[in-house]
Order: sequence, then structure tokens, then C-alpha cells
Amino acid sequence: MEYIPHTRADIERMLRAIGVGDVDDLFSDIPAEIRARYRPLGLSPRSELEVRRELEGRAIKNRRLVPFLGLGLYDHYIPAVVNELSSRSEFYTAYTPYQAEVSQGTLTWMFEYQTMICELTGMEVANASMYDGGTALAEAVLMARRIVGGDKVLVPRSLNPLHRGVVETYCRGAGIEVVDLPFDEAGRLVLEEVPEGVIALIVQQPNGLGIIEDLSGLKERLGDAFLIVSVYPIALGVLEPPGSFGADIVVGEGQPLGNPLSFGGPLLGIFATRRKYLRMMPGRVSGRTVDVEGKEGYVMTLQTREQHIRRERATSNICTNSALCALRATIYLAALGPEGLQQIALLCLERAHELAQEIERIPGFELAFKGPFFNEFAVRCSDPEGVTRDLWEAGFAVVPPVYLERMGVERAFSLALTEKRTEEEIQGVLEVLREHAR
Amino acid sequence: MVPQELRYTKSHEWVRVEGGTARVGITDYAQKKLGDVVYVELPEVGKKLKKGEVAVTVESVKAAESVYAPVSGEVVEVNEELVSTPGAINQDPYGNGWLFVLKVENEDELSELLDAEAYKKLIGE
Repeated sequence: MEYIPHTRADIERMLRAIGVGDVDDLFSDIPAEIRARYRPLGLSPRSELEVRRELEGRAIKNRRLVPFLGLGLYDHYIPAVVNELSSRSEFYTAYTPYQAEVSQGTLTWMFEYQTMICELTGMEVANASMYDGGTALAEAVLMARRIVGGDKVLVPRSLNPLHRGVVETYCRGAGIEVVDLPFDEAGRLVLEEVPEGVIALIVQQPNGLGIIEDLSGLKERLGDAFLIVSVYPIALGVLEPPGSFGADIVVGEGQPLGNPLSFGGPLLGIFATRRKYLRMMPGRVSGRTVDVEGKEGYVMTLQTREQHIRRERATSNICTNSALCALRATIYLAALGPEGLQQIALLCLERAHELAQEIERIPGFELAFKGPFFNEFAVRCSDPEGVTRDLWEAGFAVVPPVYLERMGVERAFSLALTEKRTEEEIQGVLEVLREHAR
Repeated sequence: MVPQELRYTKSHEWVRVEGGTARVGITDYAQKKLGDVVYVELPEVGKKLKKGEVAVTVESVKAAESVYAPVSGEVVEVNEELVSTPGAINQDPYGNGWLFVLKVENEDELSELLDAEAYKKLIGE
């Protein structure tokens, strides 16, 4: 598609056609005092070279922090093959199949993606991706209500606060009550009783505090209500898939699979469920079939309930997916294989446990929870703000206390480790912490 | 193909009045517009429907359309055969392709339905 700017003459013709004197008149509904706040930036036209110099000059002032960040987004290594293949124009320019069946290559990788997500989660069907982990989780709640009915959803206090925000927003509009579940000293969710009218229980694995939840027996206690599990896909390299615990829907943030940390996006929503709920699932599905001559081919087998066809009666209001991010996840998983994924998961786990052990030796610092963790953990100390700030100064980014507070944890910050974190970086963090020892 | 003995709605359902009940399906015109039907989501027996309420979702290879209750009443029978052979809606829309049977709540609503002539006019036949 070409970019065709409007000329002055174009604009005047359009204004004449609708009988408006000036472009500003189109915004006269907005009170003048509010309009006055938004003035042009006052930038004069500059050449491409000048703009580039200006922006590069500013970019160089950015500080590159070593990310020990968590809460759903993680700094994993991305093999070169991921960038190389995903930036091929056959994939890159044809990223969404408007004319699905002529895009056989796109349908093929989508089919592979869905298959890998099913294998990873232990589920029977997966869609071709959603927007991000938070919206996938909220969509799972809405889907559960379409099937189960009811008006309450059980949400652990330890759920990633960013995901909780999305779920709460969706539930407010849909008239669903969010019922908080506490966590115990180990950091694991406590399910005392299942009240009447429950649509679903959300479990995050590992949870927002980094703790690995015990999924066994939960589905049995829920009965007809859904067990929705939100996963960190890399952790599934070593954890038993939620499908084997009877999960009805498995969602997750797919960024860790071959997608970079880039100011918080773009992200990838994983969504998988049981075969019997296929038609209640939002999103689209690519399927493998044979043509009239018996030759193998791929079709967009499920999209008739999407917004561009069903409009206001669509299964979901999300009409977009994250095709390019899902493609990268597919290449990443294909390059690693099950053994590779397991090795990465083990590296993350080992690094994190090494650092945790060292931190516990520092007087005044302790792990906030005693439960088992994967690669992320909360650390309690007397001045978490000061520690976080000093880590920042020393070049390390960790999850600041405000996010822990939103999960009901006081005086703590948290950090996550991936296979990319070096011994030197780990020692650097420990050095800062030791300065705060009591 | 618009059978003379049936009643119709503007939303392309047909109704066969059988004593106090009404058998409902979609018309030949509707099935042609939809294309190959691949899935039918039927209501539960015992469900009470108001006239105009969504009763069934019929999914074809290109669309998922709602089928509305032509009159108010309780669902007393559904065509379970369609779960395994949804194509019956295309092959035999007025016979084996029926969708559900309603126990008619208000007989007056039946007289508001279109007759064959009026329906033919609607679809331009």
C-alpha cells in the first residue's frame, strides 16, 4: 500500500465538500480550554540525516540495564535463526492471511505453532495466537462463562498484577465478580471453599511471586467450574504440563519464546483448550487437510466466529492476533526441540537458585516465601526501595517493590534469572546487596 | 423451493405447525446462502425461548449464523442427528435438516408468520 499524503488542495476540497471552513472547526466539540493544552510541537522541518543525528544523539543517553526483570516478560537468548527466518519477506509481508488459502506457508507454520503449543501445555487444541498473555487470560474467563455460566471468578492475590488489571477490566464490563484468594507462607494459593456460581479458578504457574503452584486435585475440587492455568512457557521445559492436571484452558505470555524485550511489546498470547470447547474458543485455527486430488494442504478451518464475520455476535472482541510473534515462537521451539527447552529451563532454574542461596546468606535479606520456585523469587529486606535504586545505579533492573505491594507483599522486591545472566552479573547484584547488609 | 404447507419468517426460518408444537428449520434459500454447514449448536431440551431469541447457531465454512425462535415456547425436541451429520441441512432442509421443536406458548404468534407466497416474494422468487 502506498502512503499518499493529502495536499493543501485535497484538504480544501474535502472541507468544501462537507461545508467546513477550517480543519480546527472539526474539533469544535472539544472545549477550547482543553484544545489549548494540545499545541503543535513547534518542530521545524528537517532533513532525514538531521533527524537521524538528533535521535541517535538522544538514544545514546539511554542507559542499558542488565535485566533481572520478571512478571511474565523475560530476557532469554534468541538464536540467530529466529531473526533470520522471521524477517524473510515471504513471512514478513504476508503476516496475516486475509485470503487464507493462498497463504499456504503462513497456514503451515500456524498449524505447527498450534501443534507445539498443544504439546507444551498438554492440551488438545490451540488457536493461532492472541494479543498477549493478559488479554488471553481475560478471554479465557469470558469463554469459561459462555460454557459454565456463573458470575464469579477466583483470582489469587499472587496473580501477576498486570494480568490482574486486564482481567478486572474485562470482568467489570461483563458483570463478573473477582473473588480474591490468599496465599500461604510458602507463597502458594489457598483455596478454602468453592463458592456457588464460580465460573473458573485462575492459577498462574509459576505465580507472580515466582512460586510453583501445586495443581494436583484442583480440578476435582472445582467440578464443572473451569481450571484456567496461565503459564510461563519456558518453565514447562521442566514442569508437568497443566493438561495433565485437568486444566480446561491454558493461556500464557509467549514473549519468552523467541521474542525480545522491547519496551513491553509486542507480545504473544498463548491460548489452548480441550477439543470439545473448540467452537467456544476465541481466535482462529489453521487445519491440515487434503484437496480433491488427495494432496496435502492447509485451510483456515475455524474463523467463522471472529469479529470480521460475526460482528457484534463474535466470540471475542479481539480481532487481531500476534502472527509474527507466534511465527518467532514456532521457529524458536523448532530450533530448540524438547531437550533444548528443558536445558534452558534447567539453566534458568540453577542460576536463580544459586543467587537465592547467596542472598539468604546476607544478613538482613531473606526469601519472602519458602515455596519452590523456578527462576523468579521475591526478596524481603528493610529498605527494598533503597536496594532497588542502588541496583539501578549499578546497572541492574529488578522488579521494584510497588509490584509486590500490588500482590499484598510488603518490604520486598523480586528478580528473575535466565540463561543469559552471567556469573559476573550475579556477583554484581550480590555486591550491591551486601552493601545493605545489617 | 418454498413448500406451500409451511410458514416462514423474514429471517429465513421455516415452521411446520403440528398440533400444539412447531417444528423449525432454515429454508432452502438460507442453506444455499450459508454454504456447506459444518457444525450446529443446538439448544437444550426444556429451554424456554422468546420469539426472536437466538435458538441455534449454524456454522458453515464461511459464516456462523444465528437461527431465531419464530414463536415463543419451550424446546421439546432437538435434532441430535445433526451433531454427526450437519450436512443434512444442505441436503434436505425441510426434512432431515430440521433443527428443533417448540411447544407453542401463544397460538396468536403463529398467525404473524409469513405464508409461502409472502416468503417467495421476500426472497424474490
